Amino acid sequence: MEYLLETRDIIKRFGGLTAVDRVSVGVRRGEALALVGDNGAGKSTLIKMISGVYLPDGGAILIEGRPTRIGSPMDALAAGIETIYQDLALAENLDVGANIFLGRERTKRRLGVLQVLDDRSMAAEAQKVLDRLDIHIPSLRATIRTLSGGQRQAVAISRSIYWDAKVLIMDEPTAALGIAEQRKVLSLVRTLKDQGLGIIIISHQMYDVFEVADRIAVMRRGAMVGERLVKETTPDEVVGLIVGSETVASGAAKGGATA
Amino acid sequence: MQTARENGLAPTGTRIRAFLGGRWILAFLLIETVYFCLTAQGFAHPNSAQILLFYGVEIFLLAVAELFVIVTGGIDLSVGYVLGFASIIATKVINGLAEAGVPPLAALLAGAAATLLLGLIPGLVNGWLVAYLDVPPFIATLSMLGVCHGVSELVIHGVYAMGLPPLAAEVGSGHLLYWARGGAVSFFTRPEVERGTEVLELVPLIVVLAAIVIGVLAFVLARTRFGRHVYAIGGSRDAAVRAGIPVRRRLLGVYALSSLLASLAGLVYALKYVSGKADAGASSLLDSIAAVMIGGASMFGGSGTVGRTMVGCLVIAVLELGLRMSGTPTFDKYILVGAILVLAVIVERYLQADGK
Repeated sequence: MEYLLETRDIIKRFGGLTAVDRVSVGVRRGEALALVGDNGAGKSTLIKMISGVYLPDGGAILIEGRPTRIGSPMDALAAGIETIYQDLALAENLDVGANIFLGRERTKRRLGVLQVLDDRSMAAEAQKVLDRLDIHIPSLRATIRTLSGGQRQAVAISRSIYWDAKVLIMDEPTAALGIAEQRKVLSLVRTLKDQGLGIIIISHQMYDVFEVADRIAVMRRGAMVGERLVKETTPDEVVGLIVGSETVASGAAKGGATA
Repeated sequence: MQTARENGLAPTGTRIRAFLGGRWILAFLLIETVYFCLTAQGFAHPNSAQILLFYGVEIFLLAVAELFVIVTGGIDLSVGYVLGFASIIATKVINGLAEAGVPPLAALLAGAAATLLLGLIPGLVNGWLVAYLDVPPFIATLSMLGVCHGVSELVIHGVYAMGLPPLAAEVGSGHLLYWARGGAVSFFTRPEVERGTEVLELVPLIVVLAAIVIGVLAFVLARTRFGRHVYAIGGSRDAAVRAGIPVRRRLLGVYALSSLLASLAGLVYALKYVSGKADAGASSLLDSIAAVMIGGASMFGGSGTVGRTMVGCLVIAVLELGLRMSGTPTFDKYILVGAILVLAVIVERYLQADGK
């Protein structure tokens, strides 16, 4: 199946350092790709090129097979690529509906000329998208400040979905969450896959990766060092790839399997 | 805690706090008013309300100006001296035009337009410094305070600006409605009555003007996209930027609005006192910021409403008039406003302790 989003030989240099070195990777519709690697492996830089924060120094980004220039975060959003950052970028003093529609507020006309915020319709739309993703939030009128970490994550994700994200990039989605909330976010990721989104997850949590991802791409020192299907690999092998002892690790994994 | 949230039911303590959150200051205002009604001679009179609105009108306008800026997480220290600057411009221009033979009404309208236009300049500079050059609001507006003070003194050479045509005073001290005992009701102008007949004056014109302006701005802050963006910027500038809100343009607009309101307050001052002076609004700065804070806004931005700011203004206005009618020196007011301000901030922090 064709990739929804892919990079081909993409490169990013910072001065003498090549942070991302000819990386080719892609995600399909309805698939979750886990991007793993040690700190400084180039995951974040790769993601920032896809989400329009950095401009690549070489290579190409293709969306549904077409080479696409992503020159700014707005270009990425317009192309349907949404990034959920760790700090979530929500206005904590505003309610759920206001956050989902932030910067794109709905208005209605009053007295012919006045453009008045249509909070009721925004709340109704917010409720629809939350229902679609099976997310439960006690009150839509509650400000983000009163929500738990997982609920905030869910609001941030709902916001992306509402605005027709095709590809969702999640940076450490379960970091700073309690166990129960982590499970909810992971089940949300499965729901999103079922709805045909392509998902890229950056995570250090091997458990999360094996729980929701279909494929794992491993980066080390800016290069792509391996790609494995989740059902054909083990955490040990992936850790081996991350730290750079894949031959040993895969040997050990095979040995373990036969023993 | 967790389960309570999931049920959608907040724990009792939180609910009590939420209930008190918007109301304690209203209760405070009520107690304060009752206290002065009992202790200050002549305070318990319907006319007191009119008097305190009439004298407090600049504070009400400045507080709304300050509110918009504070909701974005900034501060505008220049409003007091922009008020003074505007009072001088208004006086000079109206006076100049009237002396040149322009009919009083035309001179008044042209003077008002000139004042508001010139009054936009400090705000545009403040906004440009804060939004585009990332100068901290405190520094940018403190500098503007100095500039406005200096320019004002240069214009009037250390004296008052005076000499407004009589029409100015008629507007500045005029009322919407006059009611002569015995039946005659007239709008805007005092009816011709026999000597000794009591004439009730209802609703000062400048209060009507301020009420309309403040009403419109309450709507803008609560019900329009501009207002929503102002809250979003104060809540999280990062989130606002990533949501595609034109943050810099909005900030420029907020500082310009602040300055425009301060100029309107200056114009009102000029009409009311038929003069202009550099430090006309110097003491109003503290009152306006205090009113916003007493009204429960956060210094860090993201919260505050026009309605609650008005309550904050009333707390100060009632205090001022009450003390004056009790014969207490004005300095007591400064001390009490300071004390109430600190109290308000502590109470708000306690009430919101649960939120974060």
